[in-house]
Amino acid sequence: MNAMNAMENQSNGGRSGSAPRLRDPEITLAHGSGGKAMRNLIEDVFVGHFANPSLTPLEDQARFDLADLMQWGDRLAFTTDSYVIDPLFFPGGSIGSLAINGTVNDLAVSGATPLYLTCSVILEEGLPVETLRQVVQAMKVAANIAGVQIVTGDTKVVPRGAADKLFINTAGIGVMRRGVSPAASQLQPGDVVLVNGTLGDHGATILLARGELDLSTTVQSDCQSLNGLVNAILDICPQVRAMRDATRGGLATVLNEFATSSQVGIRIQEESLPIQTEVEGICELLGLDPLYLANEGKLVVIVPGADADRVLAAMQKHPVGHNSRVIGEVMESPRGTVLLKTTFGTERVVDLLVGDQLPRIC
Amino acid sequence: MKYVSEYRDPQKLKGVLQEINRLAATLTLRQDRSIKLMEICGGHTHAIFKYGLEDLLPSAIEMIHGPGCPVCIMPKGRLDDAITLAEHPDVIFTTFGDAMRVPGSNYSLLQAKARGADIRMVYSPLDALKIARDQPDRQVVFFAIGFETTAPSTALTVLQAEAEGMTNFSLFCNHVLVVPALEALLSNPDLQLDGFIGPGHVSMVIGTDPYRVIAERYHKPLVVSGFEPLDLLQSIWMVLQQLAEGRCAVENQYGRFVQPTGNVVGLDAMRRVFQVRSTFEWRGLGDIPQSGLQMRSAYAQFDAEVKFNLPHRQVADHKACACGEILKGVKKPWECKVFGTGCTPEHPIGACMVSSEGACAAYYKYGRLSSRVTQPAGEVKHSFNGSGISV
Repeated sequence: MNAMNAMENQSNGGRSGSAPRLRDPEITLAHGSGGKAMRNLIEDVFVGHFANPSLTPLEDQARFDLADLMQWGDRLAFTTDSYVIDPLFFPGGSIGSLAINGTVNDLAVSGATPLYLTCSVILEEGLPVETLRQVVQAMKVAANIAGVQIVTGDTKVVPRGAADKLFINTAGIGVMRRGVSPAASQLQPGDVVLVNGTLGDHGATILLARGELDLSTTVQSDCQSLNGLVNAILDICPQVRAMRDATRGGLATVLNEFATSSQVGIRIQEESLPIQTEVEGICELLGLDPLYLANEGKLVVIVPGADADRVLAAMQKHPVGHNSRVIGEVMESPRGTVLLKTTFGTERVVDLLVGDQLPRIC
Repeated sequence: MKYVSEYRDPQKLKGVLQEINRLAATLTLRQDRSIKLMEICGGHTHAIFKYGLEDLLPSAIEMIHGPGCPVCIMPKGRLDDAITLAEHPDVIFTTFGDAMRVPGSNYSLLQAKARGADIRMVYSPLDALKIARDQPDRQVVFFAIGFETTAPSTALTVLQAEAEGMTNFSLFCNHVLVVPALEALLSNPDLQLDGFIGPGHVSMVIGTDPYRVIAERYHKPLVVSGFEPLDLLQSIWMVLQQLAEGRCAVENQYGRFVQPTGNVVGLDAMRRVFQVRSTFEWRGLGDIPQSGLQMRSAYAQFDAEVKFNLPHRQVADHKACACGEILKGVKKPWECKVFGTGCTPEHPIGACMVSSEGACAAYYKYGRLSSRVTQPAGEVKHSFNGSGISV
């Protein structure tokens, strides 16, 4: 944790005109050595973007005033996530925007207001400094949109081959609203399942962005922060039962966790599922199921049936919720199971996957 | 979605179902058991479960899920060979994704990769050829699996490698043939089958003519079908109609893609590169004569079985596994002793649980609440609860 904070101290919380400009075109092991090269890297690339004058520069850690935190609620939420995506840049986002939005969303779905994030990076020797600048710039933009501050961090450089270009870890602290406690174990029969837009966009985008398939589409990652949308929902429905951002494993995985945790059945309607035609086409071609594809800005919300209409209306009014829909309902049985009602009126189980989805060969 | 939604229209579906119900009622008056139809292709099995089609069919029609998943029928011994190749220090082993998790006698390719083997997933054999081009100092082996569907692209890749004079590319050839497998099934006295839903993709390559032996020698109707729900139901209806009229013919429901003579260019490439093996072992079914392809000696420099020293061990299937009976349609997946308990998609014992296209995996994944599964025997319900789900 100490490196970036130490630099923040010296740079006095903002990028001064005399901050040294990093001249090296590539990251070398020297940038992780703790010496001058590292100081230049941190000051030029990180502190320049993240420095936050409102936070008094301190020692090896960020410090918070409890009284300030308590204006947001009465409990802390704390989370961490590591980002190792390949490729680093993809239509609709980058590892940088992902590293902010992913952690922001993990906080938001607890009913917390995300406030402070850390940023630790592991750099592979040889990474172009310009690439790192672009990633950090994307983090800054995403943090601004989400309204969070990056308050401390760390930089390590590993020899070529010991990591793949650039890994990021962000941890985040948020404060939970009073009286709000969504949890996977609270679903009840009669509850309704909502989602804020099309499913599988991120997963399909990444699959294509890797360039192994010679397909071109206009599909973009849905990478976005959800804290604004969650706020809009909690304002009118603090009794939300459960919320999750449907990332790895997609909608199917989240619903299975809910069903198992609450020991209820969940039935979703195939015809209500919002899936882009192009994503559906990619799935048809490769034998994948969009229900299991990753999202990076999709909120699955469970609310009591009586609140469903109001919540849906509020979601649809929000910029990241225009395409929100009711997609299913919670039932008494079969316990621990997610069912899909097909457009033909038949039903099938939507199970957990064993591992990654693998394209079928024929 | 264009070319897809037309074949998923619930209204049209109702019409076909009415016809199927009518024919099934007529036919069951004539015979004292249900009408048993086999879909051969794993893609069809997958579609039947994905859309819940079995639950739409009248109870008098029973779908038997045939041996058409090329990953499932790969015997353990061949997988061990593949893993041996992959673990060779000079080799980059390339494979389609769904072969990764199939267990050999000790472990899978996925586990071999974790232990350090250089295994790369590809989407086409041409991707493997590209890797070979980019890494001239490594030997690149492509794990060629699949029915006639994938064999032409493998053959064309070999011809391309030959044209480029490449010396570091080879195939581990495990291509298999549909019709000999059907003949092996039909020669089994236990088998009760009334007709076949023929594979769509395979038929795009081989055409419909090679199936005539099924109608002429074994007197079973066969309808080549597409993969959409309406395709499958229409094909079932076409088989029933043949049965009602007392006919046995090869018919083509998938005319929008399948020609009677198949894909001439693809077949020609296959003939140039491959020849039929005298016999090939199928997981669950044993040795079937003339059912696999191997590379012609003229292409020996691209044949991994010639280039590398492989163990070629025959490994017996697990004793408790009923895959053989399931593939023949004699048993249903849930009638197997280890189904859902010892054998699950996480830890598959038998061929049919391995790939998502296998009958057992499909039942486990999609069908565990199906009335067909929960009806027959009370004890079945318990063995089904591999994932702690109470039905």
